[in-house]
Amino acid sequence: MKILVPIKRVVDYNVKVHVKADESGVDTANVKMSVNPFDEIAIEEAVRLKESGKADEVVAVTIGVTKAQEQLRTAMAIGADRGILVETDIAPEPLAVAKCLKALVERERPDLVIMGKQAIDDDFNQTGQMLAALLGWAQGTFASKLQLESGQATITREVDGGLETLLLPLPAIVTTDLRLNEPRYASLPNIMKAKKKPLDVLKPGDLDADFSPRLETLKVREPARRKAGVKVASVDELIHKLKTEAKVLS
Amino acid sequence: MSTLVIAEHDNVTLAPATLNCLTAAQKIGGDIDFLVAANDGGSVAEEAAMAAGVRKVLKADSPAYEHPVAENLAPLIARLASEYTHILAPATTFGKNILPRAAGLLDVQMISDVTAIVAPDTFERPIYAGNAIATVRSKDARILLTIRSTAFDPAAAGGGNAVIENIDATSDAGLSRFVKAELSESDRPELGTAGIVVSGGRGVGSAENFSLIEQLADRLGAAVGASRAAVDAGFVPNDYQVGQTGKIVAPELYIAIGISGAIQHLAGMKDSKVIVAINKDEEAPIFEVADYGLVEDLFKAVPDILEKL
Ligand SMILES: Cc1cc2nc3c(=O)[nH]c(=O)nc-3n(C[C@H](O)[C@H](O)[C@H](O)COP(=O)(O)OP(=O)(O)OC[C@H]3O[C@@H](n4cnc5c(N)ncnc54)[C@H](O)[C@@H]3O)c2cc1C
Ligand SMILES: Nc1ncnc2c1ncn2[C@@H]1O[C@H](COP(=O)(O)O)[C@@H](O)[C@H]1O
Repeated sequence: MKILVPIKRVVDYNVKVHVKADESGVDTANVKMSVNPFDEIAIEEAVRLKESGKADEVVAVTIGVTKAQEQLRTAMAIGADRGILVETDIAPEPLAVAKCLKALVERERPDLVIMGKQAIDDDFNQTGQMLAALLGWAQGTFASKLQLESGQATITREVDGGLETLLLPLPAIVTTDLRLNEPRYASLPNIMKAKKKPLDVLKPGDLDADFSPRLETLKVREPARRKAGVKVASVDELIHKLKTEAKVLS
Repeated sequence: MSTLVIAEHDNVTLAPATLNCLTAAQKIGGDIDFLVAANDGGSVAEEAAMAAGVRKVLKADSPAYEHPVAENLAPLIARLASEYTHILAPATTFGKNILPRAAGLLDVQMISDVTAIVAPDTFERPIYAGNAIATVRSKDARILLTIRSTAFDPAAAGGGNAVIENIDATSDAGLSRFVKAELSESDRPELGTAGIVVSGGRGVGSAENFSLIEQLADRLGAAVGASRAAVDAGFVPNDYQVGQTGKIVAPELYIAIGISGAIQHLAGMKDSKVIVAINKDEEAPIFEVADYGLVEDLFKAVPDILEKL
């Protein structure tokens, strides 16, 4: 049983990004970069499956800049066995990522792909579903529970009304939600060990990948700002203001 | 131009978000058809046919559509696509699960979480947890969008008189199998569309204490929401989570109690009309977006409000 985990290098979730003055994009120079939090959950889940004897190998893959090797090392410090970087300076869109991942799946032949439900930079929430479509595989999105048994995956999904359970034949794509697990902190010895694990670097050409964008970003602006509010001194004042000023209570 | 709107439903009634999606379709312009793929979706199709400005309701019935399994619905959407320039679904867990799979089949780079229609090929959408708004133009021949409900008013549920056309269902893909659903039962208004939302965070402390939040919500006829921390701690079920990766709400009044105001939480509620924050830490970032901030212990403030309302 082999598990492939696609991960993305993104601006750390603690950073509040700012829009560039010329509205051409957000300023990502000199900000902290991390593994997309949902992808960290995906790695943790894959590693746990390996630790429990349900999987033999965990391969982390990313499509991105040279420095995305850092994020592959993080994945390997959590417990992934090896990493693959498809190196490109273009920030690829979900469809292009899914196509490239399909080529990697055909090369690596995993039984299961676990990936994030959403990258917290573009907030697209598309890639896993697209990859499943391209491969003709089952998809279990927004998973908060995953069990593997006799060639099938039972997953619990977080949906708007509550929870839903699906049975997926393998191979399948699973995308993670926040409550699937709590990723461990990599220990120092494991961080050191990760430096020696194999990391392959591929060129887009090796996989016939085409990252030319289908979407044109015309402008990136600041969201509308809320006007400054006031502090109220007491519950009485709060209720009074909500009734007479905001007029949201009667 | 012609748009296909994918109806979300429970085989009996249309989900409200579908009508917000219809408004977005009207802003694009051209003919608008609905797709109702259901297991015996007669009543849903009739409801869809009455919505304002719909030309045609395509009704596909199959036991395979009883639950919205993406592997079964995406091929149907892909089969119908050639007749349409635009295909829209609500940006709910339903739409987010299904439409990207259809986009994959159609070789389209879809656009998620659209908050404004700038032109038929140009749209606004939030990125980075709503810290920036991108205007993007699609170069694809066909355009697939999920629509954020809070950014579009619901279209009128009545006044329309569309024809209902029965179409062939696709065969069961035989991939994912539905096992069960555990849906939260509640008499309260739906979180996504409620006029007032009362949310609790980690500061509420426990599932038992959360009844304080619920009492306030019930007094106000409000929906109950929560921060991720409150959900992770097991105070409330997952579908209460408001935020970047939970539900997006924009009620007339949002009351955040014991919530610090992390950017991921703000992403889900900062378009509310009036925001109230109750937090004992006067430095809490939630006060930066609150119209009215009360610095007080919630265990004192909330009972006090309940008494005085
Ligand atoms: C990938 C990712 C996605 C995320 N998505 C979401 C999301 O969708 N929604 C979301 O909410 N979060 C999300 N988060 C989590 C987010 O970063 C915060 O951790 C979370 O919102 C914090 O919840 P909180 O405000 O309840 O808890 P805390 O930050 O711990 O704040 C608790 C607050 O309660 C106050 N308090 C404590 N006791 C009292 C009292 N007795 N009376 C009054 N006030 C009191 C404290 O002063 C404090 O401000 C996400 C995080 C990541 C990494
Ligand atoms: N450049 C990338 N390289 C590898 N995986 C990616 C990349 N972009 C997105 N993904 C995966 O797809 C998931 C969803 O991303 P998105 O559809 O962009 O929100 C992420 O959580 C990752 O698991």
